[in-house]
Amino acid sequence: MQQGFMQRALLAGIMVAVLCPTIGLFLVLRRLSMIGDTLAHVSLAGVAGGILAGVYPPVMALSFSVLAVLAIEKLRRTYQHYAELSIAIILSGAVGLAGILLSQKNSASSDLMSYLFGSIVAVNEQDLLILAAVMVIVTVTVAILYQPLFYITWQEEKARLSGLPVSTLNLVLLILAALVIASSLRIVGILLVSSLITLPVAASLQWARSFAHAFWLAQGYALTAVILGLALSYGFDWAPGGTIVLMAVTLLILTLLVKWLIRSWRRHGLSTSA
Amino acid sequence: MIKRIDHPRWRDRNKIQTEPVVELRGVSFAYDDRTVLTDIQLEIYPHDFYGIIGPNGSGKSTLLKLMLGLVTPDAGEVLLWGKPLTENTNRARVGYVPQKATAFNASFPATVAEVVATGRIGRRGLFARPNPQDREIVADCLERVGMADFAHRHIGQLSGGQQQRVFIAQALAGEPELLLLDEPTVGVDSEQQSLFYDLMTHLNHDLGLTIVMVSHDIGVVTERVNKLACVNGRLFYHGEVSLFKDRQTEILSRLYGQVVEVVYHHH
Ligand SMILES: Nc1ncnc2c1ncn2[C@@H]1O[C@H](COP(=O)(O)OP(=O)(O)O)[C@@H](O)[C@H]1O
Ligand SMILES: [Mg+2]
Repeated sequence: MQQGFMQRALLAGIMVAVLCPTIGLFLVLRRLSMIGDTLAHVSLAGVAGGILAGVYPPVMALSFSVLAVLAIEKLRRTYQHYAELSIAIILSGAVGLAGILLSQKNSASSDLMSYLFGSIVAVNEQDLLILAAVMVIVTVTVAILYQPLFYITWQEEKARLSGLPVSTLNLVLLILAALVIASSLRIVGILLVSSLITLPVAASLQWARSFAHAFWLAQGYALTAVILGLALSYGFDWAPGGTIVLMAVTLLILTLLVKWLIRSWRRHGLSTSA
Repeated sequence: MIKRIDHPRWRDRNKIQTEPVVELRGVSFAYDDRTVLTDIQLEIYPHDFYGIIGPNGSGKSTLLKLMLGLVTPDAGEVLLWGKPLTENTNRARVGYVPQKATAFNASFPATVAEVVATGRIGRRGLFARPNPQDREIVADCLERVGMADFAHRHIGQLSGGQQQRVFIAQALAGEPELLLLDEPTVGVDSEQQSLFYDLMTHLNHDLGLTIVMVSHDIGVVTERVNKLACVNGRLFYHGEVSLFKDRQTEILSRLYGQVVEVVYHHH
């Protein structure tokens, strides 16, 4: 039994580690990392609603965040020149809704804590199935649309000129983000999922010279953080979301430190040879 | 540095055609209430190397944007290959290098090869994956602009002139028939600039590419192009460069509202 839940947690963790930075790279480079946090809060409202309504919470979180993405796109057209307003509006709405739903007695169950900060024991077969389905959707979509998604991230205006359906691609990207966030929250937790979207990408950008580089490196960072984090979480009985994100932060700090050392060593090397 | 490679894909474009590639018929355009261009009438023919000059804010970039369909005229019409822009669904026929193309986030993780490869997407279609032919064309285009050795370098670490050549390779990767360039030599040193014009002349002469180029450097551009338009809200001149040179002082003083001394660079 012990073994079983650890295997499930590891499997879920590996999928989360692949999914989060894959979407994260596009979001960070498009300066949309705020969306990660917003969708996580929307998921919180979804989880609370699910607990109240007796629907499986991750499924409710999934539908809530996809709806939120559609609303963000609609609002973005209304506030064309203030695109970030649409994100702020949905974030406020989600937090408000979550607050009301959570204040209802039967939603404030102990289950909620596991959604907020993630839980190893909570991961069940159903969660693995949802994650696997999202994994297939994201991998296939990104594999097919890799170059167009790179193009709209790098030069949106030129991509539009070359005839690419930029707003549709944008929507596809945001829907993928919604799927990834809602399916990852079981293990990383709502409050920490956006960190796993941004931190490994931030670390990879310190090294990457090519987009492909950044893509694989970010996944490497996330996998390392997840595996170390899960081991710590298992060993010390800490919430896995917390340990995973702390590992991601540690890896980022180490990366910055190494970068800084390399740079000052180079400068020092140059000044002594001069 | 710039190598000449003949490629069959481009060679058959040297057929004689008489229909203009670009035609503006009485085009006027305003941003909100601010009229930028009035009653512009011009034709650009196949194999033209067409220069557009004018003071800052005179509407040169807007003229290119009208040709690209990035903005739509308030009056008149824009035709590409004899058809209104809305009927030209094949966007890949036009290559574009925008103004300040080199002013991007220098830390963006992208290599030269990755950037040039995006130029193929318009030709290939949204769902098609890159094939060996795409890779071959990307390599060809890099070779053509003299950047083959830089394929795996980070784009942000190159000089302005090198980045400019990468963006031209990106535009060429779409195998365009018409190339629109907006002030491509700004911030490029004079040696690179001269190489750049050599490349344009090569593309124009040997491959029969129609090139439209906005420039602020009257001296250099009039040495290299065969047709010229002088814009400042309206057209002050358009036609053969040789005819322009005969009346240059008069045209330029009307265009700039003062006497302009043209600096010629000799290399
Ligand atoms: N997007 C825009 N909105 C409003 N005004 C604009 C816009 N783009 C350009 N303009 C104005 O239109 C005029 C012509 O601009 P532009 O075509 O860029 O000139 P040029 O390229 O010759 O310097 C300028 O006065 C500029 O301020
Ligand atoms: Mg301009």
